[in-house]
Amino acid sequence: MIKHIKNIAAVIILLFISGAAFAQDKTDAATTTDAPPQAMPPVEMATGLYQSGKIYVVVGVIAIIFAGIIAYLVMLDKKIGKLEKEINNK
Amino acid sequence: MKKNWWKILAVICVLYTIIAGFLFKVPAQPILHETIRNLYFHVPMWFGMMTILFVSLWHSIKYLGKSDIQSDIIASQAAHTGMLLGILGIITGSLWARYTWGAWWVPDIKLNGAAVTLLIYLAYFILRGSLEEEQKRARISAVYNIFAYVMLIVFLMILPRLNDSLHPGNGGNPGFNKYDLDSTMRMVFYPAVLGWILLGVWLMTIRIRIGKLKRKTLIND
Repeated sequence: MIKHIKNIAAVIILLFISGAAFAQDKTDAATTTDAPPQAMPPVEMATGLYQSGKIYVVVGVIAIIFAGIIAYLVMLDKKIGKLEKEINNK
Repeated sequence: MKKNWWKILAVICVLYTIIAGFLFKVPAQPILHETIRNLYFHVPMWFGMMTILFVSLWHSIKYLGKSDIQSDIIASQAAHTGMLLGILGIITGSLWARYTWGAWWVPDIKLNGAAVTLLIYLAYFILRGSLEEEQKRARISAVYNIFAYVMLIVFLMILPRLNDSLHPGNGGNPGFNKYDLDSTMRMVFYPAVLGWILLGVWLMTIRIRIGKLKRKTLIND
């Protein structure tokens, strides 16, 4: 198990690092694509939600729901495993 | 536990996607605004669908080679899981379209192609349901499944690239460059794709195990 955690951590770290390989894209895009001119009004984003910090509540709620679904899935997985053992030993 | 490391990886990746997907900075784009974050959830559905339907295709080909009914079970259960992701993809896409393009559905080559693909796979299940005899059902549906995957490639990958489309990544442009997928977004997008694919595979394995158990109990009776 510990060995696998190492593997998983390595994969995740590599995924993060791979982002840096594309660091040049933004400057390329600015010169080639149809970026909006400076005079245009700024694009409206959910800045208020981020400033108030209440976006964390939304993330928390979704994370809890996801955790619940995964816990359910794990239980289901184990149940099927038991059933498999029972039927295969018959 | 040793065999299940990829399930843990799936959970970590998707959980990371949920947290980073909402909290990391995204580029401010006109029309898209915050909906650009949908990229982490809508697009991986299709990646997952294509991966899982490829598993289905693979086992259909395997069935035609060896006539092992276990391959047929895997192919059909994988197709079921693939459809789940495809339907989620089309519904989320429709909702996204409503708030960016202004309509639930537009007669766009990519959208219609996706709908036709789902209908082709729906026909696969109808075909399976209409055949009684096990070996015959497995053989005919394996042949149809190969046809279905070829059609999927045509409708989702080839035709949208040959025509103009509202959907990004089409009209001769295979990437998301237009939407300026910057390095921060890539840092979330790639784990998102990996996580959702693995989660889809997990659901698929559960379906396959149930399918195999079901057949076993039927034979024992």
